[in-house]
Amino acid sequence: MEFSRREALAMGLGAAMVTVLPFRVNAAADDRIAAFTGGADIAEGGVTLTAPEIAENGNTVPVSVAAEGATAIMVLATGNPTPGVATFNFGPGAAAQSASTRIRLAGTQDVVAIAKLADGSFAKASATVKVTIGGCGG
Amino acid sequence: MISRRDFLQVSMAASAMVGASGFANWARLAAQQSLTQDQLLQFDSFGNISLIHVTDIHGQLNPIHFREPSVNLGVGTNKGHVPHITGADFRKAYGIADGSPTAYALTYDDFASLAKGYGRVGGLDRMATIINAIRADRPDALLFDGGDTWHGSYTCHHTAGQDMVNVMNALKPDAMTFHWEFTLGSERVNEIVEGLPFAALGQNIFDAEWDEPAELFKPYKFFERGGAKVAVIGQAFPYMPIANPGWMFPEYSFGIRDENMQAMVDEVRAAGADLVVVLSHNGFDVDKKMAGKVQGIDVILSGHTHDALPEPVLVGKTHIIASGSNGKFVSRVDLDVRDGQLMGLRHKLIPVFSDVIAPDPVVAQLIEAERAPYKTQLEEVIGQTDTLLYRRGNFNGTWDDLICDALLSEREADIAMSPGVRWGPSLVPGDDITREDIWNVTSMSYGQAYRSEMTGEFIKVILEDVADNIFNPDPYYQQGGDMVRVGGMGYRIDITKPQGERISEMTLLKSGEAIDPAKSYVVAGWASVNEGTEGPMIWDVVEDHIRKLGTVTLNPNTSVQVAGA
Repeated sequence: MEFSRREALAMGLGAAMVTVLPFRVNAAADDRIAAFTGGADIAEGGVTLTAPEIAENGNTVPVSVAAEGATAIMVLATGNPTPGVATFNFGPGAAAQSASTRIRLAGTQDVVAIAKLADGSFAKASATVKVTIGGCGG
Repeated sequence: MISRRDFLQVSMAASAMVGASGFANWARLAAQQSLTQDQLLQFDSFGNISLIHVTDIHGQLNPIHFREPSVNLGVGTNKGHVPHITGADFRKAYGIADGSPTAYALTYDDFASLAKGYGRVGGLDRMATIINAIRADRPDALLFDGGDTWHGSYTCHHTAGQDMVNVMNALKPDAMTFHWEFTLGSERVNEIVEGLPFAALGQNIFDAEWDEPAELFKPYKFFERGGAKVAVIGQAFPYMPIANPGWMFPEYSFGIRDENMQAMVDEVRAAGADLVVVLSHNGFDVDKKMAGKVQGIDVILSGHTHDALPEPVLVGKTHIIASGSNGKFVSRVDLDVRDGQLMGLRHKLIPVFSDVIAPDPVVAQLIEAERAPYKTQLEEVIGQTDTLLYRRGNFNGTWDDLICDALLSEREADIAMSPGVRWGPSLVPGDDITREDIWNVTSMSYGQAYRSEMTGEFIKVILEDVADNIFNPDPYYQQGGDMVRVGGMGYRIDITKPQGERISEMTLLKSGEAIDPAKSYVVAGWASVNEGTEGPMIWDVVEDHIRKLGTVTLNPNTSVQVAGA
């Protein structure tokens, strides 16, 4: 028999990942946001978040953030069991307030970036990154 | 500004042909008499720049039949808009007469009888004649290949794309972008691209490790034409490592990267571009969305989703041109560019009627030479068909019904799955099925036909996942294929629902019972993107099946119920 156990297993892993979709912003993510902002209002805009629409590999998804004049930018993977990814702090000597990293996503979810601006206000951007088993493009 | 007239000339000539179908020899003669090469090529030169666009040829060196889809549903804001209209709605939208050559070229109805009347379409030797005629009219016309060229046939597979490279080089393109080419594996792609006598473009082709633009593929190229600077930016298929096996080209990363596209447009404008053209393999709806987000693109030459549109679609100030697939069409776009601005555009989608357009002798000889070593293999007759065999359509096509039948029977499976690709020519009733015909709808570098056990729950996950890749209302989350074809199982799909809620009423056809989420079923399929997939090659499975059948006769497939269309 030419039964491919390996393939069944590989696809099975993909299945475990996608059956619980889509994730919503969970309580843990809300807690992280509250801790970062101290409960202050968060404006939309002023933050650039660059992430792929569909992840090529959910285990290593490149994301970039930038916010002019920011003193810190926090990145959250809102659907991960542990949503906190990173907080980038920018000192007064920083030439640009931007950073890039790679993150692991447990499934299709929103990635959120929240920037603390120089005047103490907060701004955010979010992007939906889809994690798919793929395979039928034509 | 957009010339409707140029195209309508073709359909006007057609009206005399109504009723001619069904009388094969007489009708074909009539087609030749009423439709001439001059007529197809007729074009009043316009402005100072000409672009020629061909795309998604999928290895088809010779003329073929190609039936356009009857079902091509749009979702979200694209519902009911081109290219998501078919048949009579399509003909009405463009004023095309029923039964005309244009109706035959662009719509599906009455395909088998019109095919007998109007003959085959395509062939790179005929395309060469058209391209040469345009160049005779405008010697510095630019020729662009939108990709999916080095894939899709017996000879292409056995030469690892070299047959297409050799013949296309004779057509002298100025630039190309990519999709299925990468399924040759990165080593082979790099080898070919390093030797290409024209630009290999893709602003979204990145080095996977460093997340920086890949060195081998430039984002854009400048051309000086008609006293203007023309910048052509490449856009490769964004979802290659997802829709195709990423392990075959692990060094590369893609994505839409529209922020980088904007940066490239700004860069070429700053460098003095008078005209900005994007040579795209995004797919039509993705191109439409991108045209609305990225400012400063004049023309998008759109490929991937195999749509053929007789007029450009205008989004803001961006004209999107869709030029079909499988060698069936050549688009000519004439532009008037003055003072750093696009002042006007004239366009014609030229159908490559192979009985009307004379083959270019030089290219015909090249094609012959590429095929000669494989002639016996290509021409071996495996069986016949009584049924029109086609692939295009969102949910099923008869070719895939046949392939699924082959998988069910040859691999002794409960359920069969066939990928929702859009390439593959058609055969009309009465045709022989040769080995070449089978390879035209199956050949690829990962054609292993797996046999595996899957739970009912997992089968639903697959269907939901693929459905979202087609029916997600945001085009940026679509991959541009059709729904995975399923044999041995029926289901209902509501395309308006979110992922996880579209698929219901999954039924095992042989027992009539509902699919049990907890139960395991034997599933046979092919074209898995997973590394290490084992099984016989799909073309051998299909060949064995057809040999046993002798003559293929398929019943209409009613196993997929569609809601929300």
